Amino acid sequence: MIQTIAFYLFAVMVIASAALTITARNPVHSVLWLILAFFNAAGLMLLVGAEFIAMLLVIVYVGAVAVLFLFVVMMLDIDFAELRAGLSRYLPFGVAIAAALLAEIVIAAGVWEAGPVQLAGRTAVTPSPDQVPNIEALGTLLYTRYLFVFEGAGLVLLVAMIGAIVLTHRARGGVRRQNIMRQSMRRAEDATRMTNPTVGQGVEL
Amino acid sequence: MISWFTGVVPYGWAYFIATIIDILVIALPVMLAVAMIIYADRKIWAAMALRRGPNVVGPFGLLQSFADGLKVFLQETIIPSAANRTLFLVAPVITFTVALIAWAVIPFSSFSVLANINVGLLYILAASSLGVYGVILAGWASNSKYPFYSAIRAAAQMVSYEVAIGFVLISVVMWAGSFNMQTIVLAQKGTILGIINANGFNPLLFPMAVVFLISSMAETSRTPFDLTEAESELVAGYQTEYSSMSFALYWLGEYANVILMCALNATLFWGGWLPPLDLPFLYHIPGTTIGLGLFWILLKMAVFFFIFSWVKATLPRYRYDQLMRLGWKIFLPLSLLFVFLVSGWLMLTRYHPIGA
Repeated sequence: MIQTIAFYLFAVMVIASAALTITARNPVHSVLWLILAFFNAAGLMLLVGAEFIAMLLVIVYVGAVAVLFLFVVMMLDIDFAELRAGLSRYLPFGVAIAAALLAEIVIAAGVWEAGPVQLAGRTAVTPSPDQVPNIEALGTLLYTRYLFVFEGAGLVLLVAMIGAIVLTHRARGGVRRQNIMRQSMRRAEDATRMTNPTVGQGVEL
Repeated sequence: MISWFTGVVPYGWAYFIATIIDILVIALPVMLAVAMIIYADRKIWAAMALRRGPNVVGPFGLLQSFADGLKVFLQETIIPSAANRTLFLVAPVITFTVALIAWAVIPFSSFSVLANINVGLLYILAASSLGVYGVILAGWASNSKYPFYSAIRAAAQMVSYEVAIGFVLISVVMWAGSFNMQTIVLAQKGTILGIINANGFNPLLFPMAVVFLISSMAETSRTPFDLTEAESELVAGYQTEYSSMSFALYWLGEYANVILMCALNATLFWGGWLPPLDLPFLYHIPGTTIGLGLFWILLKMAVFFFIFSWVKATLPRYRYDQLMRLGWKIFLPLSLLFVFLVSGWLMLTRYHPIGA
């Protein structure tokens, strides 16, 4: 009973906030509705017992990706009139994409009715969720059977990260950089000098 | 408590009602603790500055926080005319809520934890990564320059330190072999020389404990990392436009976060509700079966709060580039190195011992 209520609550919220994401006039509001959609999607994941995926969804998408979205969108200076002016030009394109998505959903539903795909050589047995915690089950699969795929994905991310740093990093010449180590290591003896000048002699600087 | 309610209503509803009561049992004392800890903070701070601190309202000024609360409650809530009304009012509520939800997985004794979930530590990480929204939204919705600067600083700061915190948590999780908070606490039982209950004395985890303590100060924007509300640069930071209860919610949320971080420090590295030494008579009040778990974790939290207060009273504020340098160039490589060392050590000793 309470699961049913929770399911419909989360499902309705996901769809409603997704709809509001695209209809909201203010881009910041759009991002906030998107965050709400992520949240409720995580709630749905919890309901099917995928607690690890749910937490990951919140940490990665809500905690990191959406923060960056929000960051960028907040600092944009958007001219709404100009945005709306392009609507008629992009409308056919948008309708085409929407039609393609709809067709895909219909096909997917039809295929699902026809029964699951028999993948050749699918030998990995999915552990039952009531015997093994989510994290352990996922970890066992990822680090044994799918090790190379997993490490490959990690490598792709690493390359993307290094690429982004290389593209945006610029070394400016003629800048005196602060060397914090040298500053911390500096002692009074290195910087000051005791002299004992006689009268009328002055100090050599 | 669930079993009592199942006699009256179906199991689902019994669970629901019992959980709501449990939530109140945790949340209300946390709010009371926030009031007292603000008082303690001001007293410690005053003592270090050779002042008296609050001493007028109630005996020893104990009721000062309640008087302050009453004051802000009676003030007018001012909403700037150019502000985004809804978000301006929602932002403090988010901060306050997020500061409270993480308490659900903190174990207070061998049996008292609201949600003993498998992914407890991930839940904490998720909850703490949400904390930044309250600040960002406040900065943006205020439609004012200083709060916006502060919001951008806060976002950058929290994202930076969360990376190091993530690695620290991973090394603790590897040592305990679980994300469950209760398992993490129990894994520390007699971990050092068979008698001391604390991960923190483990040479491989001690540096992580220090990194976590400092990162938790950065995560809660306490001095020396309180650049988000640096009064000499940003007026009052993201709270500049706030007044009355919406301001008080930030205040409460901030301190609730601070106590939460104290509880986390205690739980992850210093044995949580376990007594400091693994001696049977420290677990219960002698001669009875009443557990002392709550006493030990509160004691440890108090010690950590004193450290937080002490740091606030004595250290000056970091410059922004120093803050970023500490997070990215020191803590991140250090914690990554220790993830490597801890996993290597565990592979050598626990999972694939040499000669086994």
